[in-house]
Amino acid sequence: MKLLFGRPAGLTDINQRYCPGCGHGIVHRLIGELLVEMNIREKTIGVAPVGCSVFADEYFNCDMIQVPHGRAPAVATGIKRTRPDCMVFTYQGDGDLAAIGTAEMIHVAARNENITIIFINNAIYGMTGGQLAPTTLPGMRSTTSVKGRDVVTQGYPIKVCELLNALDGPYYLERVAVDIPRNIIKTKKAIKTAFQYQLDNKGFSLIEILSMCPTGWGVTPVQAKKWIAEVMANYYPLGELRNRAKEAK
Amino acid sequence: MPEVKILEEVCKGCGLCCDNVCPVGILRLAPDRINSSGYHPAEITDMSKCIGCGYCYMTCPEPAIEVYK
Ligand SMILES: Cc1ncc(C[n+]2csc(CCOP(=O)(O)OP(=O)(O)O)c2C)c(N)n1
Ligand code: SF4
Ligand code: SF4
Ligand code: SF4
Repeated sequence: MKLLFGRPAGLTDINQRYCPGCGHGIVHRLIGELLVEMNIREKTIGVAPVGCSVFADEYFNCDMIQVPHGRAPAVATGIKRTRPDCMVFTYQGDGDLAAIGTAEMIHVAARNENITIIFINNAIYGMTGGQLAPTTLPGMRSTTSVKGRDVVTQGYPIKVCELLNALDGPYYLERVAVDIPRNIIKTKKAIKTAFQYQLDNKGFSLIEILSMCPTGWGVTPVQAKKWIAEVMANYYPLGELRNRAKEAK
Repeated sequence: MPEVKILEEVCKGCGLCCDNVCPVGILRLAPDRINSSGYHPAEITDMSKCIGCGYCYMTCPEPAIEVYK
């Protein structure tokens, strides 16, 4: 019998310590598959954030570094500029990327730095106990918005892809989701495209991935999956926002 | 004939693979069994119906599923 689908060699054998049904694991697996399929595992350097994926350096079977909260794009810039032959990606949650790391995120995009950001949007701070994130939806409950996010006092969510799309810098921006197989396949394709653009020296890509956080949202994994399609994707529409390769044609 | 193997000790019983993912509907959480972490692992009810599509593997965060052919 031949193995058709199974844990890819781009992941280590360590069992991940995420909650049941957490979207992080699905995205990890997709990246792990691509490291092998694109034959880039040996030359990839990943930058892990602070957040639930703080241990991502143990899970990816490539060179990894774990950095202070929000600083991954700055560290990735340094790595890429000293080792332009390497494939460099950051892996960041919404608290990491879009709150404490806002400055790094905007400037790395404006510079069209030749790196790839894998951005996990789960609309909440997972690791610290489900507090409001910049991406928490209006009316959505969190431990710091117990009656639902009130836009009068807590402001509006940040749509990262739309925000970066206002800059001339980025080469490729796409929003995807990991709720159902069709979207998971699209997510893999988007990450692969971004990695390939980096290998072709095209410049900056960010893939925003709508991802389940059943624990932070206080629902079951299956309810979390459905909430992405029924609620979250209405506020954060899926699709390609920027692709310079297509504009050039 | 395709064959699906659930790595029961890796499975966290999230149920994602059991909810409208399998085109032939042969996955469920074992009602009568738990693994050493206390989760009800996923199980296959009728292996002969499996078409080897890999959708169950694709939705599994761990991944605790292997598909063979
Ligand atoms: C400088 C600093 N400030 C605050 C924290 C506390 N902290 C840890 S994780 C986190 C947010 C994590 O949320 P997110 O980036 O959305 O990732 P998730 O856990 O949801 O995957 C915060 C604020 C910290 N570790 N370091
Ligand atoms: S708290 Fe949320 S993001 Fe963190 S591991 Fe649990 S489900 Fe995943
Ligand atoms: S491989 Fe496809 S048909 Fe077989 S159990 Fe998995 S989802 Fe069902
Ligand atoms: S998706 Fe994976 S972890 Fe979840 S129940 Fe199925 S096999 Fe277990």
